Amino acid sequence: MSHWIIAPVVLPALLAPFIVLAARFHIGIQRAVSVAGVAALILIAAGLALSVSDGSILLYQLGDWAAPFGIVLVGDRLSTMMVLLTAVLALFVLLYAIGSGWDRRGWHFHALYQFQLMGIMGAFLTGDLFNLFVFFEVLLIASYGLMIHEGGNDRLRAGVQYVLYNLIGSTLFLFALGSIYAEAGTLNMADLAARVMLIGPEETVGIRVAAVLLLLVFAIKAALVPLHFWLPSSYAEAPAPVAALFAIMTKVGAYAIIRVYTMVFPPDLDVMGGLHDFWLMPAALVSLALGMIGVLAAKRFDRLIAFSIIGSMGMVMVAIALFTPEGIAAALYYIIHSTLAGAVLFLVCDLVRTGRPNLDLRAQAPMLGTSLTAGVFFVGAIAMVGLPPLSGFLGKLLLLDAAYEADLGVWIWAVVLIASLISLVGFSRAGSVLFWKSHSVTPPEKMPPVARPAALSYVAVGGLIALLIAHTVFAGQVHRYTTTIAAQLFAPAPYITTVIDTPGKLSPPKEDR
Amino acid sequence: MELLVASAIGILTAGGLYLVLRLRTFPVILGISLLTYAVNVFLFASGRLTVGAPPILRDGVSTYTDPLPQALVLTAIVISFGMTAVVVMIGLGAYLGSDDDHVDDQPAGDLHRPEDAG
Repeated sequence: MSHWIIAPVVLPALLAPFIVLAARFHIGIQRAVSVAGVAALILIAAGLALSVSDGSILLYQLGDWAAPFGIVLVGDRLSTMMVLLTAVLALFVLLYAIGSGWDRRGWHFHALYQFQLMGIMGAFLTGDLFNLFVFFEVLLIASYGLMIHEGGNDRLRAGVQYVLYNLIGSTLFLFALGSIYAEAGTLNMADLAARVMLIGPEETVGIRVAAVLLLLVFAIKAALVPLHFWLPSSYAEAPAPVAALFAIMTKVGAYAIIRVYTMVFPPDLDVMGGLHDFWLMPAALVSLALGMIGVLAAKRFDRLIAFSIIGSMGMVMVAIALFTPEGIAAALYYIIHSTLAGAVLFLVCDLVRTGRPNLDLRAQAPMLGTSLTAGVFFVGAIAMVGLPPLSGFLGKLLLLDAAYEADLGVWIWAVVLIASLISLVGFSRAGSVLFWKSHSVTPPEKMPPVARPAALSYVAVGGLIALLIAHTVFAGQVHRYTTTIAAQLFAPAPYITTVIDTPGKLSPPKEDR
Repeated sequence: MELLVASAIGILTAGGLYLVLRLRTFPVILGISLLTYAVNVFLFASGRLTVGAPPILRDGVSTYTDPLPQALVLTAIVISFGMTAVVVMIGLGAYLGSDDDHVDDQPAGDLHRPEDAG
């Protein structure tokens, strides 16, 4: 049993207290430790992803206790891919936070950042629903601290809304876990999958309620309409690097839906009748439409980006709600794309903010370094809207192809294409107001001196854009890999047997059972 | 006993929901506390209700109570306790900063209404 799989959880958990206790007043040491930690995370995540790319399942039994009784971490293709994506995103966002000086505008940025990474990594790797809850809480409590970093009345106010909404979500999660435990007697995902299959069609009331409650919880995390209300103001008010990191947090919800609703509650189960196609798909289509309409209606640039995140999550959820291998493969391709594109846009938003007094979408005097900022905005907007040649376009093609034979195929095609058009108009309007019309405004006499954004900020944004381009160039390889991920998700038997049948401490020998 | 426990959970949840819908920081935090109490009792009940039964294997005992929900409840209590402390601090900061304890966004220019039903 290799111990590497727990390293993405343990490493940030050790670095964070070190940063708080030993390097509290030394921003240089904090930065060095934080960057080194995230770089090490990338290496570990790449190693894990490589070792499971042949389809094997990594299992880690904490304390060597066997599965249904002990706590397990499980790494398969999906979870290691998400871990790698998180680590890579975290590195560039961290570089931006250092370059722009955001990490010095309040206390404990780097420690909270490491705790946040610990929670996200744990949520991707855990094989147990209750530990999913615990890691959700870890990532949430770190995100509360990051969200109100630097303070300010508007930010605190948005922070209160964010925290309260998520507290209610956590309570709902506990209700769901309680009903699952009452019905099935286990919270280990593999064990649960085996037991849910045994529940007869006449005794499904409890487990149906539990499945719907759980879906609601994950839909809150994924900001699915009508549970999206927490997202616009909290993402818009959060510090830009934090909002860019939060781009992965909505994907944690999407990941949880993919994981639980392909393995524990698969769509062909009688118990689940109508949940996916009757409820999830329309909700996803409405989020896509509403997000993109929000892009057109937004009066401030940061709100516009927050709504585009809702729209792109809608796109991801449309692909997931198909619940076919092609749909999940398209969804995973789009998840990588939308995480990177969302992060780029939030960082561009901060670049714009350094040159303007506010982010209102009105013509204001030109700012320093406009041409470069406008350039990266242009690339980010093309990616988010999904125009060729970037990966958003390819992801959308994969989705439309997967939806071609679905029941709601016509609706999916119509909503996806019209929503893309609306978001195109919204982003073009924002870009022309922010960057072109500013030249028609004469700057006021006494402009406060504004520092040009640091070079490291542009390096971080440029790195993310380079990743987006690589995601486009190597689309064939990436899509082949996401197809194998989807194949593994729809044949969960090896996962379940690996988790359940691996003996641990105090397990009786095989022949005695 | 089932009736008592079930109605206790129901009343706590109903009271919590009512307070959460009041949309002022203090009632909402109280409401969330009531909801977490309700969910703690609910988690306890998910292991079935038994009275006076041991949770660990012993000689000569045939009825046991499920020990796992008790561990889950303990975790849930600790987490909800910490979260409540965090939200009280952030809520206090927001109230002291803007002199307004509405949880929802107020229409622009209408932040300081003297008194409303809230």
